[in-house]
Amino acid sequence: MTITPDSIIYWQWGDFALNATIVFTWLVMALLTLGSWLVTRRLSEGPELSRWQNLLEVLVVGIRDQIAQVSHQQPGPYLPFVGTLFLFIAVANLLNVIPGYMAPTGSLSTTTALAICVFVAVPVFGIASKGPGAYLQHYIKPTPLMLPFNVIGEVSRTIALAVRLYGNIMSGTVIVAILLSLTPYFFPVVMQLLGLLTGMIQAYIFAILAMVYIASATSVHEHGEPDEPEHKTPSDQ
Amino acid sequence: MESISLIGMVSVITAGLTIAIGSIGPAFGEARAVAQALSAIAQQPDESATITRTLFVGLAMIESTAIYCFVVAMILIFANPFWDHVTAATGG
Repeated sequence: MTITPDSIIYWQWGDFALNATIVFTWLVMALLTLGSWLVTRRLSEGPELSRWQNLLEVLVVGIRDQIAQVSHQQPGPYLPFVGTLFLFIAVANLLNVIPGYMAPTGSLSTTTALAICVFVAVPVFGIASKGPGAYLQHYIKPTPLMLPFNVIGEVSRTIALAVRLYGNIMSGTVIVAILLSLTPYFFPVVMQLLGLLTGMIQAYIFAILAMVYIASATSVHEHGEPDEPEHKTPSDQ
Repeated sequence: MESISLIGMVSVITAGLTIAIGSIGPAFGEARAVAQALSAIAQQPDESATITRTLFVGLAMIESTAIYCFVVAMILIFANPFWDHVTAATGG
């Protein structure tokens, strides 16, 4: 039983090994790029939409909505990064329906790379919105005593982000493999369906958590309090 | 007892204990979270979108503890460094 697609090597040249993780990552990237390019070649602004343009618009509008709700900010600057994370992980997990495909997110290397992207993006967005001084100050915010804990928190949440995605996808694969040898035909299919659901939820959670981390770096002590008026209570209506 | 069977036995037993004990806490936590979220939705159906989103993010956070245990159990069974060391040393 293979618990990571890293161990399947298709082609080796010196130290450079082309394993299943890289191949399927490239496949997902190519699919996303080619699909978006094909759809956006002829966009219409009128009421007549092609069905693929409709799909992409639903996706983009939905992601913008979620970002705006989570961060209480304009979604513009965050849309490319967070949207790409969500689309990549979601497509990588959904393609599991194709026989012979192994999700690249089932390898710790891929998820670590994605988590490191988030780890780097948080200070980049933070410094871009608040300036380096104000950003670095939030590490010593309650008291300077908290500095090591803030740093540890940054690192450990990155590790948690990577291991969470890896563990969820890998556990789906392993459970299906075990069930295939015990009770073939029916139960593996059910678990595979559950795996698709888990994959979508994990993609959503990865993107939302990335957005939460970025939002906490960009907006913490700007207004003093988080924007309260954004929350509607039933009595307002 | 020679070290190879000792390591194998301890690894398997520890892997089972890890996932067994490690899934109890997250199970209780998730049950509480879902129950609270359901009663919150029942009281404020208008806020169900926000509650559901927070619930899913929270569930993922809670669940990751169980996932860590699962990863440790998988490492103990399939990628055990001590096992690899002993099997390499004995040439098996």
